[in-house]
Amino acid sequence: MSLSAEFIKGIYKENPVFRLALGLCPTLAVSTSISNAIGMGAATTFVLVSSNTIVSVLIFILAKVLSEEGQKSVNKIRIPMFIVVIASFVTIVEMVMSAYFPALSESLGIFIPLIVVNCIILGRAEGFASKNSILPSIMDGIGMGIGFTLALIAIAFLRELLGSGAILGANIFGADYKPVLLMILPPGAFLVIGIYLGALNWLDSRKKHS
Amino acid sequence: MEYGIFQLIILSIFINNFVLSRFLGLCPYMGVSKQLDSAIGMGMAVTFVMTIASMVTWLLYNFFLAPTFQSVFYLVFNVPVQNIPDLTFLRTIVFILVIASLVQFIEMYIQKASPTLYKALGIYLPLITTNCAILGVAVLNIDMFFKAGLPLHNSFINTLVQAFASGIGFTLVLVLMAGIREKLELANVPKPFRGLPIAFIVAGLMSIAFLGFAGMNVE
Repeated sequence: MSLSAEFIKGIYKENPVFRLALGLCPTLAVSTSISNAIGMGAATTFVLVSSNTIVSVLIFILAKVLSEEGQKSVNKIRIPMFIVVIASFVTIVEMVMSAYFPALSESLGIFIPLIVVNCIILGRAEGFASKNSILPSIMDGIGMGIGFTLALIAIAFLRELLGSGAILGANIFGADYKPVLLMILPPGAFLVIGIYLGALNWLDSRKKHS
Repeated sequence: MEYGIFQLIILSIFINNFVLSRFLGLCPYMGVSKQLDSAIGMGMAVTFVMTIASMVTWLLYNFFLAPTFQSVFYLVFNVPVQNIPDLTFLRTIVFILVIASLVQFIEMYIQKASPTLYKALGIYLPLITTNCAILGVAVLNIDMFFKAGLPLHNSFINTLVQAFASGIGFTLVLVLMAGIREKLELANVPKPFRGLPIAFIVAGLMSIAFLGFAGMNVE
């Protein structure tokens, strides 16, 4: 597959949220407003790209340096190895965010350290970066990260629009609009993602028929 | 803020339910809620690991990472408190490693000690390592109780209570969801919505129902 194809596939065809149903917890929790969604998306993309890069370099070096025997034993501890790499990058994100974006860090709260257990990141490290060379791994990371961010923004768009009548804080419907508070509250997230998934399935089935 | 034990139980089971209002542990909630038996097994395994993991991570944070009078650096090596390195930034790395190895350890122990329990929980244990509910409750305990500067024994007991009650809350919604989904198999759902989409919408309706608990006065 070419580099651009690695990049493109994460955005729609293998979108981590809508197609693979990975990383649901942060998706639903932080999609109350578009600014939160962008912040979370950027943090996850950074961790995803960095961990993909390091993992593919690490596997490449280990394959050069170690004997057959050594590689077999390293293979057994590969998951803990990946988790440590990911956790280090998450710690960097945590510290940078609380230093430079305290408001964002406050509103994302517990979900910043929880980027560690976001299954997209471990999934890409194990499923893609450990089997591919550096450049495709970076492209895959960027593509998946952007796909995740776009999915978050799509959910946040509907929730913020209906739940507070605004987009990025700018009022859309005018002062008379009575916000559907439910959309900002937890049930809104479940309903919106359910409707999106159903709509995507419907589009797919229509494409198949025509 | 100080919490009573009963208040904490009600809060973590109903009002701040882990799945429906905190959005933690959604993967098993969607993945393992197709059958009632597996839902009960998963719920029990999560509750068990949550309680033990919370206990261990709290002890580690208190005695190793935070620069307080309980730090081992002060107690054992007599380092003055202001000179103890602040290791709290290592929280994420330490917690995830501890949880991953703890789950392995628990699995091995149960296999030896109680084959019947292993039969009930065994296949769910490996799935739990990357479950955000476990790391979530560990981090939440530190944020809610430790950083609030509660007296030490209060902080520890609150941690245990919150972890156990959150696990029970998780089990409760998982079992409810499994009951609904078993019936849903027979329902006539529009084709594009079959499977995951309708499960999310059902979860949304359950979440609306749980919003009702927010009106309870637990002060």
